[in-house]
Amino acid sequence: MNNNELQQVAERLGVSRRSFMKFCTGVAATLGLSATAGAQMAHAISSPRRPTVIWLSAQECTGCTESLLRSNHPSLEHLILDLISLDYSETLSTPAGHAAEATKQQSMKDNWGKYILVVDGAIPTKDGGIYCKVAGRTILEHVQEAAEGAAAIISIGSCASWGGIPSAGINPTGAKGVDEVLPGKTILNIPGCPPNPYNFLATVLQFVTFGTLPELDHLNRPKFAYGRLIHENCERRPHFDAGRFALEFGDEGHKQGFCLYKLGCKGPETYANCPSIEFGDVGGGAWPVGVGHPCFGCTEKGVGFEKGIHQLADVKTVTPPTTFPGIAEPVGDGVTPGAAALLGAVGGAVLGATAMAVKQLGKLDAEEQTSESNQ
Amino acid sequence: MSHHQPIGGRLLTLPFLFLSALALIAIYILIERFTTGLGAVTALNDGFPWGIWVVYDIVVGTAFACGGYVLALTVYIANKGKYHPLVRPALLASLFGYSLGGLGAVIDMGRYWNFYQMFNPGQMNFNSVMLEVGLCVSAYSLVLMIEFLPVIFEKFRAHEWKARLEKVLFIFIAIGVLLPTMHQSSLGSLLIAMGGKVHPLWQSAHLMPVLALTTAILMGFCIVIFEGSMAAVGLRQPSETHMHRGLIKVISGLVLAYLVVRLGDLLMRGVLGYAFDGSLQGNMFLLETTLFVLPLAILTNKGWNRQGRFLLIAAVSLLLAGALYRFNAFLIGFDPGDGYIYFPSVKEILVTIGVVAIEILGYLFFVRLFPVMPKHAVHGTAQA
Amino acid sequence: MNRRDFLKVAGSGALIASTSTTSPSAQARGNLEVSSEAVGMLYDSTLCIGCRACVYKCKEVNDMPAVERDGEVQWDQAEELSGDTLNIIKAYKHGSAETKNSAEDGFAFIKRNCMHCVDAGCVSVCPVSAMIKDPKTGIVSHDPDACIGCRYCVGACPYNVPKYEFDDAFGQIQKCQLCNQKGVERLDKGMNPGCVEVCPTGANIYGTREELLQEAKRRLALKPGEDYTYPLERISSTYGHVKAAPDYTQHVFGEHEGGGTQVMVIAGMEHTKLGLPDLPDRSYASVSETVQHTIYGGMLAPAGVLAGLLYFARRNTSDENSGDDNEGGES
Repeated sequence: MNNNELQQVAERLGVSRRSFMKFCTGVAATLGLSATAGAQMAHAISSPRRPTVIWLSAQECTGCTESLLRSNHPSLEHLILDLISLDYSETLSTPAGHAAEATKQQSMKDNWGKYILVVDGAIPTKDGGIYCKVAGRTILEHVQEAAEGAAAIISIGSCASWGGIPSAGINPTGAKGVDEVLPGKTILNIPGCPPNPYNFLATVLQFVTFGTLPELDHLNRPKFAYGRLIHENCERRPHFDAGRFALEFGDEGHKQGFCLYKLGCKGPETYANCPSIEFGDVGGGAWPVGVGHPCFGCTEKGVGFEKGIHQLADVKTVTPPTTFPGIAEPVGDGVTPGAAALLGAVGGAVLGATAMAVKQLGKLDAEEQTSESNQ
Repeated sequence: MSHHQPIGGRLLTLPFLFLSALALIAIYILIERFTTGLGAVTALNDGFPWGIWVVYDIVVGTAFACGGYVLALTVYIANKGKYHPLVRPALLASLFGYSLGGLGAVIDMGRYWNFYQMFNPGQMNFNSVMLEVGLCVSAYSLVLMIEFLPVIFEKFRAHEWKARLEKVLFIFIAIGVLLPTMHQSSLGSLLIAMGGKVHPLWQSAHLMPVLALTTAILMGFCIVIFEGSMAAVGLRQPSETHMHRGLIKVISGLVLAYLVVRLGDLLMRGVLGYAFDGSLQGNMFLLETTLFVLPLAILTNKGWNRQGRFLLIAAVSLLLAGALYRFNAFLIGFDPGDGYIYFPSVKEILVTIGVVAIEILGYLFFVRLFPVMPKHAVHGTAQA
Repeated sequence: MNRRDFLKVAGSGALIASTSTTSPSAQARGNLEVSSEAVGMLYDSTLCIGCRACVYKCKEVNDMPAVERDGEVQWDQAEELSGDTLNIIKAYKHGSAETKNSAEDGFAFIKRNCMHCVDAGCVSVCPVSAMIKDPKTGIVSHDPDACIGCRYCVGACPYNVPKYEFDDAFGQIQKCQLCNQKGVERLDKGMNPGCVEVCPTGANIYGTREELLQEAKRRLALKPGEDYTYPLERISSTYGHVKAAPDYTQHVFGEHEGGGTQVMVIAGMEHTKLGLPDLPDRSYASVSETVQHTIYGGMLAPAGVLAGLLYFARRNTSDENSGDDNEGGES
């Protein structure tokens, strides 16, 4: 790509060329890729053929979309709308009604096998899935239909990942995560309520650039974003280690910024990069724990929406073997060569002296016997 | 008038200088101990609070120093006057054994400057075996000094003082028999409170004091034979074998009694099996028991038990047996758990060697210059 | 001296000795009884998350430095209790160490500190009463001004708790005094022991031994999986958290061990796996004191023996002074 082309992209996006390159390098860094990948990414983004994205919304609150819209490295909403061809989104599509549905069908047909399917929201399955319908069909059918031609399927948000809020408690609609209604398909989960937009963005851009998906963990979450416990990078961690805890909202410890574990913080059992990249690009600890609310574990299956907010987390980071002393650590020095030699010498001296004395006494014994026999 | 005389001779012989060097090394290390703490010198740790300084210098050392005690018991209580010539040398050895045991206690004591608290009635804990040991050993050291005073008076011709002291000496003799009986048994009782940390082969609970006292008396008799033999050989003193022979009966009897109680206890508690489990402790028990049994064979053999050399072998074997019994009970068979191990450090051993060297040096000093050794009335030879 | 005399005196000594053993002062001593106001702690290994806040707090309260190993000074690396560490969290690990509270392929934490025995060995053996058991609270505290440093308490503690500062030329014995020692007095001020205060999960709670024992038994009676509200700091605390009960091993360590302890432990596995010793119900201290008082009760037996000894010593020394021995005659 030459400078001219880059300039065009930058103009189209309403950003400077310099800012654009910085953005791409930043995304590459989020993914854990090298700096040259940033240049490749810039090329991929600015190429005229933009990948098609079909975005389906099921039982959701639009929070995921809102979160994405607030990703703010220079005017990201411009960027994302121009980089990818978002052919269908219930929130953002220009067409409405039958026109919207027709656009979606057309786009899927045109890009069969190549488009990216993004789903937010849980999929109701009870009573034939009637609790969420779009264009007269259940969302279950929509998702299953769109999944057939998708090159990659991304579940964004905790609801799409494993049910989230709609599946909580008695789960009246039989809400399930996308992976459960699409058996046999590889689904990439970006859980969170809402998820951090950069985790989604970085994943999509890797796919756009390299045609690959990032490495996933056992819950199909990208490892670059969900590889570490919140507890590990939490700025309040030193308070945890020192046993300084807030006991109530607004108490002395809470005001002092103490650890929120006793308030039910799920950081010690939740994997996410929230403390590292925070939210809203404003810095200064703009993430739940940073602003004084315990993590409630939204990115962790079985924690967020399932455990009580006040319930204590099972701390994962300190499961042995880490640096814990064992039950019986060896203490004390064993035998040293010097000590053994010295003891040997003492033993030898005692036995030697005894042997000498025995020999001498033998002579005296003999004398005594002769003197006795002489008498 | 005296039955005793100094043996004279040069003091600064080569062995004397060698022993002095060993003593100096120990003193050097002790300076380090008192300036930088016990940890810098010893291999002691939080699981093994007592190392060889306690176990050798005090527990074994004072048992080796029981010669004065058993002879006082024999001569003055059981009235076997023929052993009287053996008393003074034995007393001297006991005096050094106990004094240096006391010194060993002080250097091992972590807060020695508080030692006076032991004599502070307000602080005494009469449930503590250690209190009894501490008070008894201190008192007995004092008694030993008083018992030895006649030697000093004799040397400096303070005959009036000597006569005065001898009038009341029986009191000190009586106390001097009582105190070792008390603390030598209590040295065994020290281990009762350690409970399960002491290997079952040595944790005899109620019988600890009996076993400790029996072996201490045994070691007392044996040290008399040992010292007599060494004096005969090393200091060219006349052989005392004829007197040692008289001790055969009591020693054999004590060994036999000890073995009956010891093995009976192990059988009653059903722990004799540990002796044959091939562990270090099991093997050490077998060695210890062998050292007890072997002398019985020698002492009951009619041909051997008349000869001084076999008596010496039997005595050394029993001394080692008694010492090993204590080392086994206090260190080798001691397991505090939690991963603690102990083996004495070089410096620790050097200090103990130094203490023994000081003991021998003091002994030599006194027998050469003071009337300790008996006059050679019967076996007086050209050597006198 | 003749045999008859000897036997007579020896017999009277034995008589005094035997009567002294039956005198009240010398009767066999059983375990000491627990005071009704005895306080202690209950450590629930299944709740412990290994955060070591208690280890840190303990060092803060007692003003003790972090233990360095191999020049690494970034964090406390204590591996055992020591003169600088009165409280430590250790970990049991087996195989893949995946499942909490499981002896097989699992892990568990154990907090080690003074157990504040009901019949404490260290108190029994201390020659100068430097180990003191409070008659009311039962807290075992230490008085360094009386201590002579003999370290008998170290050997006589079944849990290896009292620690001498070997690295110090003027070292002293250190042990947990339940944060109520002079200058700290947290309990007297109505606070909880440091390690209890900071424990985030209520794995370590403070209270009277009686209520803690009841609480321990309540927990052992829970069905695995049943929800239970675990209190923080004290049983009566308003702070608590709901957690599914684990599969407890049916044993309250410290209820009977060695005469009972005031710090008790419940866990999801056998106590020996967590490094706690198997102890008989009878305290070693009571055995030791029984032997000691049987021999020395009221000092009657030694006095009797001394009387006999004096008699013979006087007789036999005067024999000797008057001339020569009436038996040996060889010397």
